[in-house]
Amino acid sequence: MTTGSRPLRPGHDAAAFRRHQILRENVIAWILRGCAFSAVAGLLLIVLFVFKEAWPILGDRVTQQEANLAGFFSQPLWQPVSETPKYGFTPLFAGTIKVVLVSMLFAVPIGVLAALFATEFASPRLREILKPCIELLAGIPSVVLGFFGLMVLASWLQPITHAPVRLNAFNAGIALGLGIIPTVFTVCEDALRAVPKSFREASLALGATPWQTAWNVALPAASAGVGAGVLLGLARAVGETMIVLMASGNAAITSGDVFDSARTFSATIAAELAEVVVGSPHYATLFFLGALLFLLTFFINVAAGAFVDRLRRKLAGA
Amino acid sequence: MKNLSIRLILIAVVALFIGVAHAGRPITIKGSDTMVILGQRWAEQYMNETPGQIIQVTGGGSGTGIAALINGTTDICAASRPMKPDEKLKLRDRFQTMGVEIPVAKDGLSVYLGEANVVKKLSLEQLKNIYLGTLTNWKQVGGKDATIVLYGRENSSGTYGFFKDNVLGGRDFSPRVQTLPGTAAVVNAVSKDPNGIGYGGAAYAKGVKDCAIAKDDKSPAILPTAVTVHDGTYPLWRYLFFYTRKKPAGDIKRFVDWTLSAKGQELATKVGYFPLK
Repeated sequence: MTTGSRPLRPGHDAAAFRRHQILRENVIAWILRGCAFSAVAGLLLIVLFVFKEAWPILGDRVTQQEANLAGFFSQPLWQPVSETPKYGFTPLFAGTIKVVLVSMLFAVPIGVLAALFATEFASPRLREILKPCIELLAGIPSVVLGFFGLMVLASWLQPITHAPVRLNAFNAGIALGLGIIPTVFTVCEDALRAVPKSFREASLALGATPWQTAWNVALPAASAGVGAGVLLGLARAVGETMIVLMASGNAAITSGDVFDSARTFSATIAAELAEVVVGSPHYATLFFLGALLFLLTFFINVAAGAFVDRLRRKLAGA
Repeated sequence: MKNLSIRLILIAVVALFIGVAHAGRPITIKGSDTMVILGQRWAEQYMNETPGQIIQVTGGGSGTGIAALINGTTDICAASRPMKPDEKLKLRDRFQTMGVEIPVAKDGLSVYLGEANVVKKLSLEQLKNIYLGTLTNWKQVGGKDATIVLYGRENSSGTYGFFKDNVLGGRDFSPRVQTLPGTAAVVNAVSKDPNGIGYGGAAYAKGVKDCAIAKDDKSPAILPTAVTVHDGTYPLWRYLFFYTRKKPAGDIKRFVDWTLSAKGQELATKVGYFPLK
């Protein structure tokens, strides 16, 4: 600070000072560049690691004898610790779909409508209270939400749903939904706020009611942003682990009933990876699951990014 | 001056060597996760009583511990199951010894039922069929007409393995078993589910009741208590073992003897296991 702000003394070598300054700027730029790329390097290393550990499924004969792609999709059971290990993805797939579906059906309407209320109907003061409250929900650690699902929510829901088992896909979906609402809400709210005021004024001037304006003008104008919010919520729902691990019961059954227990991809990895023999077919299978999960969330995120881009262009063009 | 400092360094180095030699080599214990707490308590207490002796305890599972014993990377292997024949063969190939098995404590396994459940006892055969999924309604075992809700542990757990081997005869659990992270979660789930059944360590049962277990139809059903686990009348118990490559000697022998002494066994009881005698 002191060297930078000191005025040049007469007779000071201005060229040397300048050289020094350029050098300093360069050093700082390189440090910043290093920070930026360390994140990229970390990501690359993680991806490489996951795919390397999953590789035996595709490229190692000994592993393939026990765990292979054909078995993943044709085997109806997930029993990796058994005399004859069975690695069927079907029950895990059914479980993941059930839980994610329930959570999205619960979180998307609430998140989108809450955002609509916050931007179109709430007084500025109410919005100042509402927004931080919903966003605070995002700050609750997922293990706490999971514990809440396991202890409290399950006991509330069972008398209402009359589910045969206390911990089921519905229960996990609702708990997971609580974790997704802030994601959907925040992105949707930003998108709705970005809709120019002139849209609404034009609509109101034509005699539309506030609700008609919100539903038929503001929401469609922000539709790409709403889509992005929903997709980001979906990506989180697919990858979220702790809530589902604790609240779903984790029984690996293939059933379409949301009131049955469910075991998801992510919970399976979390539960089994800790003590699996490193390098075994079971280990490679879990990493293969992880790689699938990574690709799935990656594509969902890319799609969400594309939606945001479209919104930006649409509003800029308007 | 220079001479003096060299002399000082020499003295320091020699003192260091003497100190290390005096402290003795650290003893390493590796293996069963069930036994990590037990091993740590034993190690803490023993190190307090024997200054200079260092004991390192790590978990990883019984299989990991036995592998470490075979590879020569641990002095003592803690295992909640006996060594398998092929593991013994590997050990013989490497060290020309079949290993030494030292039972150090007993562990009881409780079957938990909801407190409101009218069923109070089950035979091992009934328990097996419940967890295999062939008995699905409580009325089939003398209860009311309600579906049995199965709770269990993750397949990485040693307790899962014990139950699979000793109750299911090595067969696979029904896929309907809801697996929960940790015995505490199983107990909690059963305490809130009147039609639930679960299993886990005997020390955990709170808000649930222990189920009395009968060896077969003719024998009486026994509740798990310190006495019944101890004398073996309660059928679901196992030994916890230490394994060494050869007959323990020196520091290792002193430590193992100490764990088997009244003091060591009392500590095991405090941690929630059962004494050998």
